[in-house]
Amino acid sequence: MTYETVIGLEVHAQLDTKSKIFCGSSAAFGGDPNEHTCTVDLGLPGVLPVLNREVVEYTLRLGLAVGGDIASVCRFARKHYFYPDLPKGYQISQYEEPICTGGSVHFVTKDGREVRINLTRIHMEEDAGKLIHGDELGDPKHSYSDLNRAGVPLLEIVSEPELRNPEDAESYMRKLRTLVRYLGISDGNMQEGSLRCDANISLRLLGNEKFGEKVEIKNMNSFRNLRRALEYEEKRQSEILDSGGVIHQETRLWDESAGVTRGMRTKEYAHDYRYFPDPDLVPLTVDRKWLDEIRAKMPELPDAKSRRFQDEFGLPRYDAEVLTAEKELAAYFDRVVVTAGEEQAKTASNWVMGDVLRLLNEQKIAIEECPISPEQLAKMILLITDGVISGKIAKSVFDAMAESGEDPETIVEEKGLKQITDTDAIGSVVEEVLASNPDEVEAYQGGKTKLMGFFVGQVMKATQGKANPKALQEILRERLGS
Amino acid sequence: MNELLYLGITEILENLRAKEFSAEELTCAYLERIQETERRVHAYLSVLGDEAISVARAADRKIRAGDHDSPLLGIPVAVKDLLCMNGVKTTCASRILENFEAPYDATVVTRLKDAGAVILGKLNMDEFAMGSSCEQSAFGTTHNPWNLKTIPGGSSGGSAAAVAARSCVVSLGSDTGGSIRQPAACCGVVGMKPTYGRISRYGLIAFASSLDQIGPFAKNVRDAAILLGTVSGHDPRDSTSADEPVPDYTESLEAGVRGLKIGIPTEYFIEGMNPEVEAAVREAVSVFEEQGAEILEISLPHTEYALPVYYILAPAEASSNLARYDGVRYGVRKDGESAYGSLFGMYSASRENGFGDEVKRRIMLGTYALSSGYYDAFYTKAQKVRTLICRDFKAAFDMVDIVLSATAPTPAFEIGERLDDPISMYLSDILTIPCNLAGLPGISQPCGFTSGGLPIGLQLVGKPFAEKTILQTAAAFEMATTHHKVLPPL
Repeated sequence: MTYETVIGLEVHAQLDTKSKIFCGSSAAFGGDPNEHTCTVDLGLPGVLPVLNREVVEYTLRLGLAVGGDIASVCRFARKHYFYPDLPKGYQISQYEEPICTGGSVHFVTKDGREVRINLTRIHMEEDAGKLIHGDELGDPKHSYSDLNRAGVPLLEIVSEPELRNPEDAESYMRKLRTLVRYLGISDGNMQEGSLRCDANISLRLLGNEKFGEKVEIKNMNSFRNLRRALEYEEKRQSEILDSGGVIHQETRLWDESAGVTRGMRTKEYAHDYRYFPDPDLVPLTVDRKWLDEIRAKMPELPDAKSRRFQDEFGLPRYDAEVLTAEKELAAYFDRVVVTAGEEQAKTASNWVMGDVLRLLNEQKIAIEECPISPEQLAKMILLITDGVISGKIAKSVFDAMAESGEDPETIVEEKGLKQITDTDAIGSVVEEVLASNPDEVEAYQGGKTKLMGFFVGQVMKATQGKANPKALQEILRERLGS
Repeated sequence: MNELLYLGITEILENLRAKEFSAEELTCAYLERIQETERRVHAYLSVLGDEAISVARAADRKIRAGDHDSPLLGIPVAVKDLLCMNGVKTTCASRILENFEAPYDATVVTRLKDAGAVILGKLNMDEFAMGSSCEQSAFGTTHNPWNLKTIPGGSSGGSAAAVAARSCVVSLGSDTGGSIRQPAACCGVVGMKPTYGRISRYGLIAFASSLDQIGPFAKNVRDAAILLGTVSGHDPRDSTSADEPVPDYTESLEAGVRGLKIGIPTEYFIEGMNPEVEAAVREAVSVFEEQGAEILEISLPHTEYALPVYYILAPAEASSNLARYDGVRYGVRKDGESAYGSLFGMYSASRENGFGDEVKRRIMLGTYALSSGYYDAFYTKAQKVRTLICRDFKAAFDMVDIVLSATAPTPAFEIGERLDDPISMYLSDILTIPCNLAGLPGISQPCGFTSGGLPIGLQLVGKPFAEKTILQTAAAFEMATTHHKVLPPL
């Protein structure tokens, strides 16, 4: 039978604020166990939370970026459960009155479809700490709690159940990462857990309006694992339905190494969280003036940047999407175009998406660490358009720049890579080549015009690739009499 | 009794400056008094003898250096044992915090220290401030200095009894549903619950966060005003603390009540009220009338719902606030049977052994009220009724400046009398709870005695942040009467 997959994601993004959401402890990643703690995040008797204004600002940035409705008044609520990494016995979160509702995230798929996914809500909450089990420390009888992470600010971003396949779920997640990084509110690192997600997935017969029974999947710590887990679950559920079985609402954990999802014991998630408004925190008021201030400070967002690259530079949509996926890459590209000129944008895009990304991949470095500055790349592109070097020679100039970090002009000068545009000089090499290959000349003149490539190759070999290809073609045709 | 123990704050400060006696002598006199009375009263859970003397000596050095700015310099005070004090045991009168030494000072403790006060020790209370008799303390009940067989009231029973027994000059307590005013009434002292937000709650171990408020106990209105002024004011560590200026509360203490409008709510003269209490309150009304106040009958129609609303909201918040006592990081841990798995076994055993019956009762009440499926019927509805109670007061304060009533319907009852009957215990707070639900300031002051010699309390409630008006009114009554001058037969 044919099913339609329905997926909704609950994404947690850790905010990059200096201090925690309700106290002055550092929110930095790492540190010795319990180094970044104070009376408040340890949940000592008598302490009170005080909201970090920066957390709200960061949240508002995302709210504005997705076009959500920002509540003029919102509240924090307590979510109760007992666990040793949760010092107060409750997590301060938002429940009935979140800071942002609605809004949407837009992305373009690899095959060029445009998708817009609506958001249910965005809310602020505090993270819990973590447990270090004694067996890792040679002490199997005890567990230890490290509360450095307790109170680190998180955003929960909940999508409507509008995703229809695992690939789109991955694209959506990537777009969220792009957004939070553009906004400078989170590093979006999934491996380190600063971007996490739980997925709800269900299947329904194609054409049915009613959703099927949903399953929640947790523990997917990379984009790839998100897609793999959803693909597995899609298959698992369709097999159950095909064989006449029923799906039970449950929470399942993704087991990366086995490549399967596994059901959790019901006890582990049978919670009644007993949410109620936190009486220690006053309702949060967001006035228009504050919002306007934040709006004024917003950076250019990926969608706007992509549109600008298409409209102003005439880039294809695919190029624009790839170049804007990372804020830093887009900035690099922007700087190349500033120096090389807008008419060189497509050439610049080819170089950035091709050789630059390959270089980053090979060296496993970020664009900010690229040994070739955008200005250097731009100058190299201008050397090509000015006919100083050929496109082919440019490849070796590029490699030399990557190696030494020197300017392209210097490299061309030092290595004598300047293109030979002098027709006389090229002509004499052509004469030599024709003279030493009489059989091929005869064959060519007898109609085997494919041999043109052979002659070009021979001349290039003799000139170490420096002959201007256009001039060379013309001279060859002339001398061969075609 | 040492004559130093009769003095109020203003007289002590004058004497200290005049070098009539030293802060050290005064502190020693109080420490001796504690030794003398504690066997019978048991107001203190811990006494800071050596520390207190060294603070007193520091105060003496400051006095010699001519310090005239510290409002409580050398004044021996004591605080309820739910206020955190750095390096000192803070137990909340609970087994679960029996070994908990606070690693920080509550904001009020910081303010007391900054004001030069000598903190003598930590005072007994009902466990986690849940109770009206001090009998729920895990470390023994406090006895009422007026009659050792009776309760001192609660939950701040130790704070009230210590002032009544003259084993400290003034003290701090906390009031969630009457926990300052009702024991003040029982012990014949002045006790004030200020407006919600007037005093920072940072470092006050929470019972019900939206209702808890710290306040002073004193043997007269002036001392209460001085202590209130010292510990009040906005605190960046408490988002619910108000950014309202703190006036000089002593300024208008002699201004009288002429022209002041005092409302008497009919609903506060409830059935079953002790006739001697009612008579004393009616007598107080005529005192105010003689002083030139205008007396009006008013109505607070939703009064009867205050108690049920309180017993949903306060336990709901308590069930949440007390979730942190899990045996993991501090306090008493007990390893449990492995029946629930070792972690949940430890939780259960620690909490079962650590909490007393009343605390468990309220955790269960509150957990139930917040449970899914019951939340709207209990918590949400109670919040709505709380709003109606607030509106009652708002309407009343359009007509009057002060609402007057008895503090408690009965005087102190005998120890053990209501222990097996929680509802009758809860009724002790029926006249004080509405004020907490509305966040209003209220005071209790002595207004007479029963034929059995037990004090009777008069409650005056004012508009938000009208502590000054309340203190002025109470001071006028004090000047016109002598009840506050009678000492317990201790």
